[in-house]
Amino acid sequence: MHEVDMTRCLLLSMNQWRQQHAPAEPCVNTVHLQVGDFTCVEPEQLVFTWQAAVQGSWLSGSELAIEAVPLVGRCVACGHTYSPRPEQAYRSPCCQHPMEQIVSGRELKIRSVDYTLPC
Amino acid sequence: MHMPLEDTLGLNLLAANQHQAEHNREHFDAWRLLCLNVMSSPGAGKTSLLEQTLAALSPQLAMAVLEGDMTTQLDAERLEAVGVPVVPITTGRACHLDAAMVSGGLSLLRQRLNPADLDLLWVENVGNLVCPAEFEVGEHRKVALLSVTEGDDKPLKYPVMFREADCVLITKIDLLPYLPVQVERIEEHIRQVNPRCTVLQVSASTGAGLDPWHQWIRHQLLADTCRTVQRGFTWRMCSSIRSTCTGR
Repeated sequence: MHEVDMTRCLLLSMNQWRQQHAPAEPCVNTVHLQVGDFTCVEPEQLVFTWQAAVQGSWLSGSELAIEAVPLVGRCVACGHTYSPRPEQAYRSPCCQHPMEQIVSGRELKIRSVDYTLPC
Repeated sequence: MHMPLEDTLGLNLLAANQHQAEHNREHFDAWRLLCLNVMSSPGAGKTSLLEQTLAALSPQLAMAVLEGDMTTQLDAERLEAVGVPVVPITTGRACHLDAAMVSGGLSLLRQRLNPADLDLLWVENVGNLVCPAEFEVGEHRKVALLSVTEGDDKPLKYPVMFREADCVLITKIDLLPYLPVQVERIEEHIRQVNPRCTVLQVSASTGAGLDPWHQWIRHQLLADTCRTVQRGFTWRMCSSIRSTCTGR
């Protein structure tokens, strides 16, 4: 369950954002993440651990919105992009080339934060 | 009515770990040592391989091990018996080492020796094919092990680990005659997800394939040496490695 440790990392980044960049007392509604399909992250578990971790903190009530980024490879033989699939051993369907270049799918990113400020 | 605001961060989700990993690597570079992170599923043979490798290379190289284990210090005791300094890092419930744990291990190591006297620091990760793949610890190279008993489909089932590895060792090849598995197929699957890594076949029991593996380690030390020299540092190295470098 490494999502717990990932959530811990995420909280550290959020705390840093609050201290260094955010205006005073931000009320965070949503934290937007981009999580690639070719990572070891299970989005549902991340949402679950987030909900547990933020309880009672300044992020209490905030939501985690995860945008899945599909795995896209580029065939180095012909330059076409394709969706690598495990059942095809991640080969390019055009030239049967191994998965050399990954265009997207390795993302583990905090994209943005939606928040409001007290009146 | 509150004004909705949005801040674009564009930060790595694991930025906190990444930051600590980079900090660790800065230390490794300052000490001019090479750090290898060894990963595999439980029982693939990390400790057995390290026992053999430490014994074979310790006459030429100054080495130490940070040994990750969930609950016990059994592996650390096995490696300590080879005569190389070992710092156990008990992770508790965590299924991987992270950069902060390795930093803690380094502090303990520094109580016993000066890391600047080392050529090579091994990090033996917790047995797991999933989590360690995403958590950098500051290593210069990642080494993944896959034993022939695990079957040829594992590189396709756990592709991130094998994609991230610089070197994949297919271990326990002495068992091949007794298994309905083709080592060529294992190798092919590794290369499908990572065409650029080095793939080597080894057996820690018989010693088969260990020479090319040790050669790979020497090459990494060499590559790092060149990198370090380019940066303007002088490199303190064992004479055997230096002679490999200059061909004398």
